Amino acid sequence: MPNKTFFWFFLPTGLAMILFIGLPIISTGIQSFYAQHDQIVKEVKKCDPFGCTVSIVVDNEETSKIREAKPLGKFNGFGTYTDRNHLAVEEIKKFWNETESFGAFIDQVTNLPFYKALIFTLTYCLFVTPNVLLLGFIIALSLNAVARKIRGPLIFGTILPMIVTPLVGSLVLFWMIDSQGIIGANIQNLMNDPYLSLKSSKTLTWITIIIYGIWHHSPFAFVVFYAALQTVPQEPVEAAIIDGASRFQRIKHIVLPHIYPVVTFVALISLMDNFRVFEPIIGFSAEGSAQSLSWLIYDNLVNEEVILFGSAAATSIMTIVGIAILLAPVLIRTWKEFRIAR
Amino acid sequence: MDYGLDKKTTSLKTFNTIFIIVWLLIACFPFIWTFWGSFKVRADFFSRSDWWYAISAFNTLIETGGKFTTNAYSQAWTEGEFWKASKNTVIVTIFVVSISLFLGTLGAYALSRSTRNYAFWLLILALIFRAMPHITLVSGYLFPFFELQIWGILPTTIVVLVAINQPFTLWLLYSFFKTVPRELDESALIDGCSYFQTFRHIIMPVMWPGVITAGLFSLMLAYNDFTVTALLLNQENHTMVPKIQSYLGTNQHEGNLMWAVSSVVSATAPLFILVMFFQRQIISGLTAGAIKG
Repeated sequence: MPNKTFFWFFLPTGLAMILFIGLPIISTGIQSFYAQHDQIVKEVKKCDPFGCTVSIVVDNEETSKIREAKPLGKFNGFGTYTDRNHLAVEEIKKFWNETESFGAFIDQVTNLPFYKALIFTLTYCLFVTPNVLLLGFIIALSLNAVARKIRGPLIFGTILPMIVTPLVGSLVLFWMIDSQGIIGANIQNLMNDPYLSLKSSKTLTWITIIIYGIWHHSPFAFVVFYAALQTVPQEPVEAAIIDGASRFQRIKHIVLPHIYPVVTFVALISLMDNFRVFEPIIGFSAEGSAQSLSWLIYDNLVNEEVILFGSAAATSIMTIVGIAILLAPVLIRTWKEFRIAR
Repeated sequence: MDYGLDKKTTSLKTFNTIFIIVWLLIACFPFIWTFWGSFKVRADFFSRSDWWYAISAFNTLIETGGKFTTNAYSQAWTEGEFWKASKNTVIVTIFVVSISLFLGTLGAYALSRSTRNYAFWLLILALIFRAMPHITLVSGYLFPFFELQIWGILPTTIVVLVAINQPFTLWLLYSFFKTVPRELDESALIDGCSYFQTFRHIIMPVMWPGVITAGLFSLMLAYNDFTVTALLLNQENHTMVPKIQSYLGTNQHEGNLMWAVSSVVSATAPLFILVMFFQRQIISGLTAGAIKG
């Protein structure tokens, strides 16, 4: 296809992506260097028969004037990145000097909002991704073994958790697991502890959200693995059976190597999706004990008084850096393959 | 796939059946339970005293005189203005699907027919864009949209959703276009068609399965979106998912939980019916990128 024709065909979609994905990333970058204006205060002298008092009040008029003149806020450089709510450089230095043991230092650091969110996000990725791969593969193997006639409805049932939006999926589970729901109430009875509930323990909340993540993402892994299993060639499998290979050996030495590229694809996609975990935290109302990077951004953007554009933008940029680190190995590999192919 | 040689022992078969039943229960029961509970009153579905009330409908009998009640539905749809939210969802979904298919087919066709290096790099760029968390993009939109005073209205959200959806649509349609043989284009071009005529009259007619699949995914994205719609639309224009969240209530005001339950069912039902009919297309779409490479 000539360059000119390509250009006109690609222009609409390219324009849409540049305007609404490329530019916003740049806009986020710019915003992250600004912070909202401080409120301007003035001294007011109030006199009554008993004498004069000077009080400090917020000058609303001046404040809104400066906000209108410079809506982006004041220039803050890397100030937002290093403040307490983000990388917290000063606090970490202080903790390093003050705390006695390394454990205490880690404790202090993981209580800072950004690090807390980072640790939850990474823990979520670390537990959900491998389990999704494993469960998806087992379901694919076991559905592949049932009669073809009844597979349709079984597949329909299997992919339900995937097609609902995460907010709805987590709500549906939350209503069952909550202390007033069917599972929660029964667990309370079983454990003989009427105060046991999701909100009472941080560990329980984390486990629930991770289980939700596995429940929601496994169908995707299942669908891809199931399709890949259909392409496994018959002959090597039959040869292996004749040679006396056990079922497990066949899977390990023939099936898995064959679908290996697909496994990396699924791992990559679910890692990317898990890194942006956000809706389940709202669905499970788990803001108190589990916060993710995406949730921090959301929280800044729905702030009631002033929207914290700068703070949200700084977290966003750091999230994008995180995504870049995750994607880097794949991109480097693709580039190498591409260079060889040329 | 029948191996012929592969004899499965009875114990393996039983184990397999049990596993599938357990998994299906885990996957489907929450939805069945929510559907069942949406016809109860709050005191039953979220019972403080006994979870069995949700089945025996103890309070529902007292409050409404029947074992099942549709109060939650009628209230959410009228008082809760869920009709408005579903109207907005329908508008957003229709526009997002048609616009993103229009842009996506054009772009993906060009990508699949170009032999240049830049086509490869554009696909990689699309992959990187696909990886961006939506909330980071939203934090980039909010400020400019406030300044331009286009925040809160449906058209803005539609355009944003179309753009966010493009990378995936491009990849999907690209892999479908790749399966259409190039000879088809070449013969049309030799016969004197322009590239656009070839695209419109020769390629599109054989591309319907791919277009339907891509359309389904755009539909699911637009229909299911929470991040973009919750932050870019004002209260009046909220679509279904942010509306459900608003029923949950916050620390400041008590929500109406049964409205949320019934709206979850109302919002999920059309999606399930759609998947029932188009299951094959959805599965082929998910696997297109992975298997065909």
